[in-house]
Amino acid sequence: MVIKQQIVAASLFFTLALTSLLLGAADVSFRGLFSGDEHAYDIYVISRIPRLIAIVLAGAGLSIAGLVMQQIMQNRFASPSTTGTIDCALLGYIVGLILLQQASQWLYLAVIFGFAVFGTLLFVRFLQQIQFKNVVLVPLIGIMYGNVVSALTTFLAYKHDLVQTMSSWSVANFASVLQGNYEILFLAVPACILAYYYASQFSAASIGHSFAKNIGLDYQKVVFIGVVLIAISTASVVMIVGVIPFLGLIVPNVVSLFMGDNMKKILPWTAYWGVILVLSCDILGRLIIFPYEMPISMIISIFGGVVFIYLVVKDKANA
Amino acid sequence: MRDWIKVAILLLACFTSIAWFIGQGLNADNYQFFLTLRLPKVLAIVLAAMAISASSLVFQTITNNRILTPSILGFDSLYLLVQVIIVVIFGMASVLVIEAIPNFLLSTAVMIGFSLTLFHFYFKRGSSNIFTLLLIGVVCGSLFNSLTGFLTMLVDPNEFAVIQRAMFASFNNINAELVYWSAIPLILCFAYLFFSARKLDVLWLGQDNATSLGINTQRLTKQMMIVITVMVAIATALVGPVLFFGLITVSLTRELFKRFEHSFLIVTSSLLAVLLLVSGQWFVEKVLTFQTTISVIINLVGGSYFMWLLLRNKIN
Repeated sequence: MVIKQQIVAASLFFTLALTSLLLGAADVSFRGLFSGDEHAYDIYVISRIPRLIAIVLAGAGLSIAGLVMQQIMQNRFASPSTTGTIDCALLGYIVGLILLQQASQWLYLAVIFGFAVFGTLLFVRFLQQIQFKNVVLVPLIGIMYGNVVSALTTFLAYKHDLVQTMSSWSVANFASVLQGNYEILFLAVPACILAYYYASQFSAASIGHSFAKNIGLDYQKVVFIGVVLIAISTASVVMIVGVIPFLGLIVPNVVSLFMGDNMKKILPWTAYWGVILVLSCDILGRLIIFPYEMPISMIISIFGGVVFIYLVVKDKANA
Repeated sequence: MRDWIKVAILLLACFTSIAWFIGQGLNADNYQFFLTLRLPKVLAIVLAAMAISASSLVFQTITNNRILTPSILGFDSLYLLVQVIIVVIFGMASVLVIEAIPNFLLSTAVMIGFSLTLFHFYFKRGSSNIFTLLLIGVVCGSLFNSLTGFLTMLVDPNEFAVIQRAMFASFNNINAELVYWSAIPLILCFAYLFFSARKLDVLWLGQDNATSLGINTQRLTKQMMIVITVMVAIATALVGPVLFFGLITVSLTRELFKRFEHSFLIVTSSLLAVLLLVSGQWFVEKVLTFQTTISVIINLVGGSYFMWLLLRNKIN
């Protein structure tokens, strides 16, 4: 049964991946690639294969970031987009752009990462001190916090006349991914592996502060590790692709609806469904106005918004 | 200090700042020209300040929470989306872009229509959890944001300059006729809030207590949400998005006066709001010589204040 499930899952992924590789404005086929057509070779190696890899990395990284966030926040509706992580990363982006104009990519990443870690920790510490009774209040205040941070970002952008530029970066789009400019996304791989390694500790932390202490866990340390892992994935995705809303929110929730709460078990599946979702939304975005493209952030925010509202309404019906 | 002394000082400061703003540099030769410009501007500031602070106060009562403002329902995002769509569809020379009144009517109608539809579907289901409604509003807001982002990418920089003017609140190009017309619904809403003040006092005790004291909380919540929506929509269409302004004034009012009566708080927070906005506008005009807009300052100051509240953990 399990093996059959895995075969179905793998074939779904390969079908989508193949579709993604074959789809595009340039008319090239696999036959051309293998018969030594230089044009086809360039299209695949420079554009389409990097794009596929970037989709896989971003989808897996952000979904797992969402899952970890939900564990350490002890809230189903927490995710990088509802706790200000993404907005802090964008603030870091603008600050980096203004202060270090000709610096290397890694320095940029470090600045974005630093802002994301600091901003998220601030919010997490705030939530730890105030225990909200209402589950929905946490994302609400988180989004408000995100709005505050993005107001600061806008202030800086307005001052340097970067408002339009900023809004076009923050729209997530995989079309600009090319060989040589996306490799930072590979940071998602160690982040996911570490998340898997610490999975049981995150689960323990999700039960609560006192429980975690009772079984001999350094609660604050686990939370800090979680925030760092989340920030790595978020920062790299924001820097290369842009803001993909709701992904870290809906994928872990839907997966745990069907597969339960055992984090070690659902973590690979969360990553898998994150990849599938991003991949199919990307394909859809490329098909709707072919040969032009809709940015993926639009498609995912329509789809994700609907799923999120469904989850919220359903959650209330249960309670 | 006694409360009435504080109110008197506030009132005095308010009138002084308005008088200063209007009267600066007036003489017998130029007063006609200056007054036609300044009076609508001051009136717009006063109206917007009153609408925003009163609606934020009542909104906090309904949600029983001290850090929320009605803007999170997605009004700002929807307003921007409407502006961007107008520019994209009709071009930047269209009547809807240049003429203030059609633009105002359209934006207000869209915002109020959207919220009423949302409320209608929500309250019809008989749910009473206001936070779920808010979260749905916020999700719609972020959907509008990504639509705006996508459309912004499409327009050329000249057209974007038109949109950017709408992105930031400003009192510099206010249409006088518009201000006089929007005064009527705003004053009606304000009066309605004022007359519901006693019920709101009871609601501030929490939903369960209010229900046991004989208040139909769901009906009151619904009515208040509609009134707030109208006020925020008009204020946003009049001056542009001012996200944190309500938050600042209401928090400051609560720090200044340890009172709970809404009739008192509505008036004092409005006074404080007028004072802050008038002096803020003066600051933008005279000290910063129009290098930035007032909404950027509001967001910066309000945002920092909000972060400070978070750090100090004094919320709730």
